Amino acid sequence: MSEQELSRRDFIKVTTGIVGGIIGAVVGLPAVYYLIDPALKSGGKEAWIPVGKLEDMEVGKPYPFSFTRVQVNGWERTATSHAGYALRRSEAPNDLLILNSRCTHLACTVNWSETAQAYLCPCHDAKFSSSGDVLDGPPPRPLDRYDEFRLTDDGVLEIYYREA
Amino acid sequence: MILKKLYNWLDERLGLKGIYDNILDRPEPRGNWWNTLGSASLFLFILQGATGIFLSVYYTPSPDHAYDSIQYIMDGVAFGWLVRGIHHWGATLMVVIVFIHMLRVFVTASFKYPRELTWLIGVGLLLATLGMGFTGYLLPWNQRAYWATTVGTQIAGTVPLIGEFILKALRGGTDLSALTLQRFFAAHIWMLPAVLAGLIGIHLYLIIRHGESHLPTKED
Repeated sequence: MSEQELSRRDFIKVTTGIVGGIIGAVVGLPAVYYLIDPALKSGGKEAWIPVGKLEDMEVGKPYPFSFTRVQVNGWERTATSHAGYALRRSEAPNDLLILNSRCTHLACTVNWSETAQAYLCPCHDAKFSSSGDVLDGPPPRPLDRYDEFRLTDDGVLEIYYREA
Repeated sequence: MILKKLYNWLDERLGLKGIYDNILDRPEPRGNWWNTLGSASLFLFILQGATGIFLSVYYTPSPDHAYDSIQYIMDGVAFGWLVRGIHHWGATLMVVIVFIHMLRVFVTASFKYPRELTWLIGVGLLLATLGMGFTGYLLPWNQRAYWATTVGTQIAGTVPLIGEFILKALRGGTDLSALTLQRFFAAHIWMLPAVLAGLIGIHLYLIIRHGESHLPTKED
C-alpha cells in the first residue's frame, strides 16, 4: 500500500494502534519490572561480626557466642538471632573451628555439654562431636561452619556472615 | 498465510468480525471530540484497574503497615512511583472526565428517549466513581487521609434519624479504626469495581444498541 492510497480510516486505525502500543509499552514494561523487582535485588547482606576476644577463649573448650541481625524485607523489619561456638584447637591463633549452633535437623539450638563432651540438641536428642560431626540422632549432616574468619589487630575474632 | 488461516479459524468460531464491526466500527453521526469522553472514561477505568492490581502486590491495608508499605512502593520498588503516580493522577482525571462526560450528555440532551436508561446507569457510574475516590483516599493512611475520612463519614452521619447508623456502617464501628481501613479497602478493590464493571457492561450494551445520538438541531 503506497502513501497515496492510505485512506482516512486506515490512517486512524494505524495511529490508534501506534499510540495504543506506546501507551501499553510505557505502562506495561515498567509494570513488569515493578513486579519482578524483589527477585532482582541482591538479598544477601554480608558483614564481619565480632565474636569475642581470642584471649578469652580456652584452647579445647568451645566458646559460645551469639549475635543478632536485622533483616529488612520491604516494609518489614525482622530481627533474627544467631549463635555458635568458637573452638581453639591449638595455641596457634588461626587454628580455629567455628560452628553454627543451629541444629542441621530442624534448626533448634544445640548446646555444648561439658559432661558429655558433645553438642546436644534439646529437641530430638541429636548429638554432635566437638568438631561438629553427627554422633547420634536424626541430623542429616554435620553442624554448619563459619569458614571465613579473621583476627583484628587488638585480638578480636570476627566471622564473615552472609545472609542466605 | 498461516496468520490469515489462524484468524479465519478463530473468526469462524468467535465471530470476531461481527464484534469488531459492532463495537469499533459503529457509524458515528458526525466526528465530535466531545463524543470521545465515554471512551476516555472507559480507558481510565481500565488503567486504574491495571495500576490498582499492581499496587495491591505491595500495599497492605493494616494501620500498622499501610503507610510504610506505600513508602516502600514509592522508594523501594522499581517504578513504584510511576505505578502509584498513574493511579493517583488517573483517579483525579477519571472523576473530571466522567463529570464532563455527564455535562456533555446533559447539554446535548442525549439522555432523552430511547436513552433514559443509559443516563440512569451513567448516574450510577458517576456515584460509583466518586465512591472509588472516597474509599481510595483513605488507603495511604496518612494524616490527610485519616482526617478527610473522619470528616467525610461525619458528614454522612448528619443524615436525620439514620445518620448514626450510616456513620457506624461506614466506619465499621463508632471510631475510625483498622476496621474502617479494611472495609474501605474491600470496597475499593472488590465491591465498587464489581459494581462499576457490571454497570459499564450494561452502559456499553445500550450505547451499541442505540448508537450515538445526533446533536440536536434547531427543529429539536
